[in-house]
Amino acid sequence: MAMRKGLSPVTVTALAGGLAFLYVPLVLLVIYSFNDSRLVTVWGGWSTRWYRGLLQNQALMDAAWVSLRVAAVAATLATILGTLAALALVRGGAFRGRTLFAGLVYAPLVMPEVITGLALLLLFVAIDFDRGFWTVALAHVTFTMCFVAVIVQSRLLTFDHSLEEAALDLGATPLRAFFSVTLPVILPAVAAGWLLAFTLSLDDLVIANFTAGPGNTTLPMRIYSQVRLGVTPEVNAISTVFIVVITVVVLAASLAMKWQQGKIEGR
Amino acid sequence: MNQQPAKPQKPQSVRRKFEPWADVSVQPLIRFQNVVKRYGDVVAIDGVSLDIYEREFFALLGPSGCGKTTLMRMLAGFEEATEGKITLAGSDLSGVPPYRRPVNMMFQSYALFPHMTVTDNIAFGLKQERMPKSEIASRVDEMLKLVNLRGFEKRKPHQLSGGQRQRVALARSLAKRPKVLLLDEPMAALDKKLREQTQFELMDLQQRIGTTFIIVTHDQEEAMTVADRIAVMDHGKLVQVATPAEIYEQPNSRYVAEFVGDINIIEATVERVTPGDVTLKSDMIDAELRLSQRADVKTGERVAVALRPEKIRIGKEPLSEVHANCAHGVVYDIAYLGDLSIYHVHLDNGFVLKAAKTNLSRQIEPPIDWDDKVYLSWTPDAGVLLKS
Amino acid sequence: MAPEKRSLFTRVTVAVPFLWLAVFFLLPFLIVFKISLSDDAVAQPPYVPLLSLSEGWAGLREKLVLLDFENYALVLGDWLYVYSYLQSILLAALATAILVLIGYPVAYAIARSPRGLRPILLLLVILPFFTSFLIRVYAWIGILSREGLLNQLLLSLGAAAQPLEILSTNTAVVIGMVYSYFPFMVLPLYAALGRMDDSLLEAAADLGATPARAFWRITVPISTPGVVAGALLCFIPAVGEFVIPDLLGGSDTQMIGRTVWNEFAVNRSWSVSSALAILILLVLLAPILIYQRMQLRELESR
Repeated sequence: MAMRKGLSPVTVTALAGGLAFLYVPLVLLVIYSFNDSRLVTVWGGWSTRWYRGLLQNQALMDAAWVSLRVAAVAATLATILGTLAALALVRGGAFRGRTLFAGLVYAPLVMPEVITGLALLLLFVAIDFDRGFWTVALAHVTFTMCFVAVIVQSRLLTFDHSLEEAALDLGATPLRAFFSVTLPVILPAVAAGWLLAFTLSLDDLVIANFTAGPGNTTLPMRIYSQVRLGVTPEVNAISTVFIVVITVVVLAASLAMKWQQGKIEGR
Repeated sequence: MNQQPAKPQKPQSVRRKFEPWADVSVQPLIRFQNVVKRYGDVVAIDGVSLDIYEREFFALLGPSGCGKTTLMRMLAGFEEATEGKITLAGSDLSGVPPYRRPVNMMFQSYALFPHMTVTDNIAFGLKQERMPKSEIASRVDEMLKLVNLRGFEKRKPHQLSGGQRQRVALARSLAKRPKVLLLDEPMAALDKKLREQTQFELMDLQQRIGTTFIIVTHDQEEAMTVADRIAVMDHGKLVQVATPAEIYEQPNSRYVAEFVGDINIIEATVERVTPGDVTLKSDMIDAELRLSQRADVKTGERVAVALRPEKIRIGKEPLSEVHANCAHGVVYDIAYLGDLSIYHVHLDNGFVLKAAKTNLSRQIEPPIDWDDKVYLSWTPDAGVLLKS
Repeated sequence: MAPEKRSLFTRVTVAVPFLWLAVFFLLPFLIVFKISLSDDAVAQPPYVPLLSLSEGWAGLREKLVLLDFENYALVLGDWLYVYSYLQSILLAALATAILVLIGYPVAYAIARSPRGLRPILLLLVILPFFTSFLIRVYAWIGILSREGLLNQLLLSLGAAAQPLEILSTNTAVVIGMVYSYFPFMVLPLYAALGRMDDSLLEAAADLGATPARAFWRITVPISTPGVVAGALLCFIPAVGEFVIPDLLGGSDTQMIGRTVWNEFAVNRSWSVSSALAILILLVLLAPILIYQRMQLRELESR
């Protein structure tokens, strides 16, 4: 039997099965958001009534707006902090406390959100910081910056270090070398980090539950309270909107990054 | 149609006698004083003291891990010496970061900024100096002319060939008119023909602009071709610092003798010493060995005689009236290199001597063939005495 | 003798994130620990003692004496809490095992597919992850419920006589966890498999190994670190899962994440929930440290 690289029937089945497993629930969700009937058991025909109802749902719209603002702020701060952390880990050399630092950076990746959420809330209470917009935002920054750090770190490791040395050799200070040489080249990774932080923040329920203040209900919190009451087509509708928006954004972003990368490397 | 071909111009002699290291009144441009570099327990540079003069084309030569790259990076500012001092034009370089040194480096990977055009790459160093825009433009143009890349201004690195990228890297590192240019194995990525061509171009360029060039290489042919002086390194130490001719014909140790070019090493014991020559006896050669060299050795001392293959005469006729500096044996291997052939001769006592001979005539049939009985001889000044 | 100069730039890149994490990550955990040693009170905030220097050092010392491990004794002595921990570990481990079984073939398939196809396949695997976690778990409610789509399918095919009770059971929780953590298993696995040199398998074939034997003797051992990384990346957060057990689980689902939330939000016992959280950390300490070590070692090796 020849050593064929590529797909054997077994691997194709595995791949198809895996992707089906991932997408079938989402597809079903989307389909049923167009179900005229309220019940999942009955198919009432195609309808967009639930979508029309969304825009009138003030509570939902407010929550969406809060989520977007929190996510934008959190993603931006997290990207800055995460990029700095990645730089420190890859280029910082052996500094005192490096192991502790690395531990702090990688810990939120695996830490159960209940623990992080509780801990942050208790911090805010202890320092008498009122729960509101900023408590959620700061909390989100903290747990998303490590994801940014991992992505940027990965890119920095494949980045040709001699490019930075060449910049230094030609007279640029480390700061200028970073902004003129390193950052432009790793920008796609930084952007990917921002996007990831944005979606993680947008999506977070548990930490927001702990740290959000009254009047700052995020979209997941709102959806969650509705979901606890059972399956409703409104939730299907908003879920579909969510899915479509995110899909478009992610596809656009990855295409943009591929194009950007291509410009630099001429592929 | 009686046009005579144009008379060839008499070539200008570019290289004049250039030996600033021999002149006591000349101060070195770069001075390493007892420099040591340690990484934890590992000693990368073990007490190096070296002077490099202005306008020199200097080569750091040695195998991987000998410390040549570390030494160069210390000069560039990417490593700091653990002990010792490095001065450039009299001022101490310790603590001075690379972006404040009048030293520029051409990287082995070229390190061209992929997101910038050729012009922006070359102008980068000038922008850091806050040079006025018009001056930058003219300097960039000057550099492109120097490396023959006029017309490539708007190209990006990925649109250039390997040789073109190298020239951009060179132009970029010379744009600031540095006092010293460091070249990190610049021709490692080029094929042989291109390498030879580039070597001569580099030498020519260096002569024209007068900058001190320091090249790091493991290729001894390259070092011999381009350098005014070579520093041969081994395990963080300098073994010999001399001109290519001195390194080749007067190696100061077995290491240097074996590193550069092909060599025969004959272990021998000193029999007689006179002010003008040395007579030795060896187990490897039946005949007596005579060296017309002043050497600081005593009778009975164990030494080595280094003999270059091309200095050994090889022929099929037995030698009459020659009783010293000779041997005979059977050819057991021939390395045919086109311009010359290297004969591996099995002497009667088992020892192997390598003799090289230029192929002066165009014969397909070799003048000396495998299994031929041959006779070897050399003059008293052909060998070099090395202390073991 | 010139010491290694650390430029200002390097110092800033270390200091800024370090400070942030120290304040917003390390410090909170210390506070949680301190509160786990406190007692509940009807006050704002609802715990005593409140440590401060308002009554001087002597006052502080008095208050410190009030701290004790009472809450831990309470938790560890109560079978319900202990059962909660055990169930969490069990369900998380089960989900992780299933994830390895189904994640490996998928990661392997992507790694062996033509180069141009790989980024697209990876994107397809990651894309659901970007859509809301909550939504994806919610989708399963519609599928697994009594009147849900799965039961409709099974009944219409005649594969089951009665609708299966899957929703509100631990089975649903495991399915939900497998679904949600799928990308977290596939990505590290793919990274490990993708880095494997094809020439290794070619060499094995050249030396007489069948594809099956080459797979078990070469591919599997080399990809084991990737399996471990993926497993840890899934297992650790799964132990503390809240959303999935809450939405898909039933009355016999008492995973610890939910228990912490209950103690906090429903029973309003901050000190007990803190103690529960600290205990979760202790349980997960070994896996977390192993994961950190793996990450750091990978960083060093590159």
